[in-house]
Amino acid sequence: MPEIKVTPLGAGQDVGRSCILVSIGGKNIMLDCGMHMGFNDDRRFPDFSYITQQGRLTEFLDCVIISHFHLDHCGALPYMSEMVGYDGPIYMTHPTKAICPILLEDFRKITVDKKGETNFFTSQMIKDCMKKVVPLNLHQTVQVDDELEIKAYYAGHVLGAAMVQIKVGSESVVYTGDYNMTPDRHLGAAWIDKCRPDILISESTYATTIRDSKRCRERDFLKKVHETVERGGKVLIPVFALGRAQELCILLETFWERMNMKAPIYFSTGLTEKANHYYKLFITWTNQKIRKTFVQRNMFEFKHIKAFDRSYADNPGPMVVFATPGMLHAGQSLQIFKKWAGNEKNMIIMPGYCVQGTIGHKILNGQKKLEMENRQTLEVKLQVEYMSFSAHADAKGIMQLIRMAEPRNMLLVHGEAKKMEFLKDKIEQEFTINCFMPANGETTTVITNPSVPVDISLNLLKREMALGGPLPDPKKPRTMHGTLIMKDNSLRLVSPEQALKELGLNEHQLRFTCRVQYRKTEFTIFIVLFDLLLKKCYTIQHLPDGTVMVESIVIKVSSSAEEPNTKVLLLSWSYQDEDLGSFLSTLLKKGLPSGLSSM
Amino acid sequence: SYNTSKPLPQEEAPAKKLRLTKPSKSAALHIDLCKASNPTDALQYLLHFARSSVEAESVEGVVRILLEHYYKEQDNSVRLKIASLIGLLSKTQNFNPESILDDTLNTFNTEKSHQVLAQLLDTLLVIGTQLPESLIVRHRLIEVAYKHLSDTYFGVRNKCLQLLGCLGNVDTPLNKDGQGLVPAVIGDAQSLISDYFADQDPRVRTAAIKAMLQLHERGLKIQQTIYDQACQLLCDDYEQVRSAAVQMVWVLSQLYPESIVPIPSSNEQVRLVDDSFGKISHMVSDGSWVVRVQAAKTLGNMLQVSPHFLEQTLDKKLMSDLRRKRTAHERAKELYASGEFSSGRKWADDAPKEKVDTSAVNLIASGACGAFVHGLEDEMYEVRIAAVDALSALAQSSASFAEKCLDFLVDMFNDEIEEVRLQSIHVLRQISTNITLREDQLDTVLAVLEDSSRDIREALHELLCFTNVSTKECIQLALLELLKNLTKYPTDRNSVWKCLKFLGCRHPTLVLPLVPELLSTHPYFHTPEPDMDDPAYIAVLVLVFNAAQSCPTMTALFSDHTFRHYTYLRDSLSHLVPPLRLPGRTQAPGVSGIEGSGSVESAQLFLQQSLSRISTIHNLQDPGAQDLLNFTIRDLQRLGELQTELAGAADFSATYLRCQLLLTKALQEKLWTMAVPLCLKHNAMATAAAKQMLEETYKLEFLYSGLENRQVATIHHVRLQAKALQLVLTARTRRGVEPLISVCEKFLQEVESFQRLFVVELPHLQESFVGKLLDLSPKLSACKPGELVKILQTTLRQSGFLNLQLPKQVQRASATIIEPTGESDNPLRFTSGLVVALDIDATLEHVQDPHNTVKVQVLYPDGQSHVIQPKPGDFRSPGPHRHRLITQVYLSHSAWTEACQIEVRLLLAYSSSRLCKAVWSDSSTEGLQPAEGATEGTIPFGKPVKVFIMPKPARR
Repeated sequence: MPEIKVTPLGAGQDVGRSCILVSIGGKNIMLDCGMHMGFNDDRRFPDFSYITQQGRLTEFLDCVIISHFHLDHCGALPYMSEMVGYDGPIYMTHPTKAICPILLEDFRKITVDKKGETNFFTSQMIKDCMKKVVPLNLHQTVQVDDELEIKAYYAGHVLGAAMVQIKVGSESVVYTGDYNMTPDRHLGAAWIDKCRPDILISESTYATTIRDSKRCRERDFLKKVHETVERGGKVLIPVFALGRAQELCILLETFWERMNMKAPIYFSTGLTEKANHYYKLFITWTNQKIRKTFVQRNMFEFKHIKAFDRSYADNPGPMVVFATPGMLHAGQSLQIFKKWAGNEKNMIIMPGYCVQGTIGHKILNGQKKLEMENRQTLEVKLQVEYMSFSAHADAKGIMQLIRMAEPRNMLLVHGEAKKMEFLKDKIEQEFTINCFMPANGETTTVITNPSVPVDISLNLLKREMALGGPLPDPKKPRTMHGTLIMKDNSLRLVSPEQALKELGLNEHQLRFTCRVQYRKTEFTIFIVLFDLLLKKCYTIQHLPDGTVMVESIVIKVSSSAEEPNTKVLLLSWSYQDEDLGSFLSTLLKKGLPSGLSSM
Repeated sequence: SYNTSKPLPQEEAPAKKLRLTKPSKSAALHIDLCKASNPTDALQYLLHFARSSVEAESVEGVVRILLEHYYKEQDNSVRLKIASLIGLLSKTQNFNPESILDDTLNTFNTEKSHQVLAQLLDTLLVIGTQLPESLIVRHRLIEVAYKHLSDTYFGVRNKCLQLLGCLGNVDTPLNKDGQGLVPAVIGDAQSLISDYFADQDPRVRTAAIKAMLQLHERGLKIQQTIYDQACQLLCDDYEQVRSAAVQMVWVLSQLYPESIVPIPSSNEQVRLVDDSFGKISHMVSDGSWVVRVQAAKTLGNMLQVSPHFLEQTLDKKLMSDLRRKRTAHERAKELYASGEFSSGRKWADDAPKEKVDTSAVNLIASGACGAFVHGLEDEMYEVRIAAVDALSALAQSSASFAEKCLDFLVDMFNDEIEEVRLQSIHVLRQISTNITLREDQLDTVLAVLEDSSRDIREALHELLCFTNVSTKECIQLALLELLKNLTKYPTDRNSVWKCLKFLGCRHPTLVLPLVPELLSTHPYFHTPEPDMDDPAYIAVLVLVFNAAQSCPTMTALFSDHTFRHYTYLRDSLSHLVPPLRLPGRTQAPGVSGIEGSGSVESAQLFLQQSLSRISTIHNLQDPGAQDLLNFTIRDLQRLGELQTELAGAADFSATYLRCQLLLTKALQEKLWTMAVPLCLKHNAMATAAAKQMLEETYKLEFLYSGLENRQVATIHHVRLQAKALQLVLTARTRRGVEPLISVCEKFLQEVESFQRLFVVELPHLQESFVGKLLDLSPKLSACKPGELVKILQTTLRQSGFLNLQLPKQVQRASATIIEPTGESDNPLRFTSGLVVALDIDATLEHVQDPHNTVKVQVLYPDGQSHVIQPKPGDFRSPGPHRHRLITQVYLSHSAWTEACQIEVRLLLAYSSSRLCKAVWSDSSTEGLQPAEGATEGTIPFGKPVKVFIMPKPARR
């Protein structure tokens, strides 16, 4: 049986370093190639040796698809393509292609320049890697080769995030990447058509969450920021450079404008400007409001938000600072946090998910004393708030997507095992489909039942049409006679005569015969039988030699020499009239309580 | 009901020409088609032919020729065009398509092409809709449709279904005499159509649903058996099918709301309307926004739904399935309250605590769960607006739901699209009568006061006028925010005051504890007297005084200056400050007449008294009549200023009386008996009076709304008097009879048309000028101009005073220009010859149909004036009888040496013919509109505003 295999190298019952291998219809596809925020060693990248122990990956992979530009989905890309070695095509959407190298370069800088790591990919490698990228448009079907095709759908989440449908023949897999089912201030909601894939691979970050309406969240967020600023405190919002940051910026920008607030808002990293540039550019990927109003004013041209300088952190008075990275594990956000953590007037708002092991995760769990490098401890006095602003689908959203796509099987990745378990139960119960949640390195195999296309000869079809009414009834399957010829990698259904002709074979007739013995006294049954047949509109012919033909069935009555009291009924029918023949024979036999018959 | 689709007649060419071309028309077509050597040519001829019009008599001939070619033609596209032409021709006015029906039907016997068949069916549809009465024709057409329903081409099936929907039997089959003609199957169009709900082509499925809806619209009662099928169609792959299915399900839910449907996979049952409500709610999270809009809109029309289903639409967390609704409802709620799902507001509150009985909880809500939560969060604002509207409709029918949806509506005040924000404010206002806002809700609502959009702020003020709040903190909060608003946007002054007036009226007991703080009084110390011109202080006083109205103890807390300010404000802002019963203070005598009790009733009484006092005048020439008129006019004007409710009526009466006064003055003089050359001065005075009277009558007629026939007749009567006066004056000043004849004729015509128009009112006008005139009417038309003038002169003088009957509600149209304020000293500079846009913002009250009547006039210092008609889109309607004009007018002028003021004012355009139509449309005189009586003109209303402009010469 044909099957589809899915093996997560990362993100299996885990968040971070998304990397999923899919084998479908003889093609191998890598979905995402990310890094893990929580680790600084080899575990940072997916284990590519799973694919091959030595040598390049090119011959084992047909293509690589990157869903969006977050580092946990593309961070390992230059390592894979340049250091491990892969020369095949890498697919991503235009915005992802534009923004991805900026983030990779930033990541490289932090790792190499700040932490002093060696044996890391270089700027040149990023450039070389990006040269292998083939851009995708939304809803554009891209033919990777003759059989494999991929198609991108809008996923919300961040600018340029896409869900991908991978299709070989009639088998298909949809990978969602990260997606968001509720629209926000700058992005729309994910959408997919009823493509009924064999497997839907979905993220499940918020498998057990059902979020409040986003308006409540927005209001809460604004209120918290407003209150802190009013009493002169500083607000730190750790974000990843792109994505939520823009969302929150738009939110604060409009709020500042409306409330006529004076406190400065800063954005910490230099790459923001570059990134905002891309947001301005890819306006078609944003939501309805921004798309419709950008002629008057591009929402990404911020009036109140200025670039941050390191020295500003010590300025007196209230301010709001967006700083990267989002999980407080390194970089500027961590530096500012250290400076502000001691003052209870200040506030930190964690707008998203934090991986275990990061400082973000620790303070969210209420840790009041943090151990820093050099055995220093940091006391956390500032208020810690959590506002779920990360643009992942919640449990309800995931269910909604399943309903939209109607998959035959479900596979969960990018989430915590415990939570996945819960959602898995729900899915199986609600949709009565199988749901899988493989761990890293574990392979899930799904047996598919692909439809096999067969060419049918027009003559045969017409003949069938003539036989059974003008319109095929879509509600009922219909049987037909024909010969299936499998030849030269193609399947054809033709009429038997044509098949014989093509194959140069002779036609053999197959006939069944059957003999029934009657006593003379019981012979009346024969007459009853004929009446019955006549009523059913069968053509009955009496031949000169005493035989009777019912359609093509021959019925011959002869008296046996040994037993004069009995008569022998000889039935003979061709294979084509099997239905009628067997009907007749059983009828005749049933009618004879003591009848003897032989075939 | 399909007659409406008839096209306009196309007979513009003169009749003679038509007759000439008539025989050649079909012949030419015939020749053309014969000439055509290939299909392309033929198609060209046909296309050309389609542009010309054919008169009814020759249609039949043309159709025959077309059909003749039809049978000869091999090419499908040409045949298709012919088929469509036949349909077009059958719509010709005065043509009975029945005559070509047989010929058209015959074509079906030979036609093989599916596309052409579809077009032919379309033609049949056109013919069928032209002949809705003929049962036989309908049966024949249906028969054809039935025959082709099984066609393999979707277009043919589509058209067949459309035919069935438009023409299918609406009455129950087998009760008409057409029975013999039609097999029973055809009679039951409904079951036939429903068979195609499962067609393989989505377009056919859509057509089938639409046909069914069409049958419903035509009055057929759709059977409930279709319900299941319709529900299945909600899950169709194609959006147009789903969208139509939503409508279908809704129709069924309205037809059989109370019937009980079983719930699959359980042995429970629900009402059909609840079941369908759940299913349509589900569609609010559909993949296609078209369907979402449809679903959200439909929800607003399902008022019979049970309350607990309705309330689920606002509950996202409640995940109980519709199927288990009755049993699991409570259990599910507990589960989620126990934290099984996190809200996303607290970190790590989403760790699963206990294994749930999964059979009891469903994540995906197939019920109404959270439909509105989804709808209000939708990406497309079209969906959000539809959801807000639906909320409004449902909340108005259920008070408890209104209470629940409050939070959601308040949340919508922060929507990114202004239209949505505005709509939700309006909706909240509509449902706010039975709602009390909590403090946090009020907080969110008040935050919107800082919105930079004036529309939003004013809508919010309007909302606050109708809002109930629960605590004194709320009042304080509201006052604080409103004062902030006032300082930020001083132009909102009136709106804010009005808002505080209502707040005070509604919550006297909540205001009471705040009074010392609000008035900053101190038990021992005198506090400085606040500035009386400060709008913020006035705002506070408005709030306090209105609260004090129904809270007598409050006045004890006032300090001396407060009482003084009260008296001042009571006089200057009487519409905002109510009369108070002040302890230990006797009212100043003199004003007691009106102000004693100050209520509307007493003012009304006063008005009536004044008018009845006037009615004692029998003849205007009576001694003392003038004085009485003078006094009454003064009283009425004052009354109008004090009692805004009666301003319209008072003004109206005063104006009317002024007209009478003018007439009296003009007639009274003894000078009439003098020789003409001696009284030039008097003549000039009388002429001016006549002119002013005329102007006033137009104001009376068009500036006031709520007038009844009686008043209009009275106004016209005054107009006739004025015209008679003019005529008399003309006769006196001019020599010679010639010019007088035409003037007299015109006057007599007017008298005649007056008689015609106000035939009903004539009995009341017996003693009046017109009454007397009409008594003499046979003599009038015969007499010479000179005699006529004499008659008029005496009749005018002798006729009795016509009493004014006031209608219940008279409102005077008014306009206030808010922007520009006219206070700016900075001239608007622009290069001469080019244009500059001036923003105009004005409120209009009691103006009917402002889109057509209100115009902006710009007066330049050199006497030039421009009248600008604002676009219909510039008018908004923030409340009943209120309109807001926000527009830009373009100014231009050649260079001036220094800045000068231009005047901007609003005009109310009128046209008597238009108004006649509006007023008399239901009377018997309809169709006799006197075109000669149509006067057009404009009345300036509202204060003009002066704007400094400075056109500078262009720099070279």
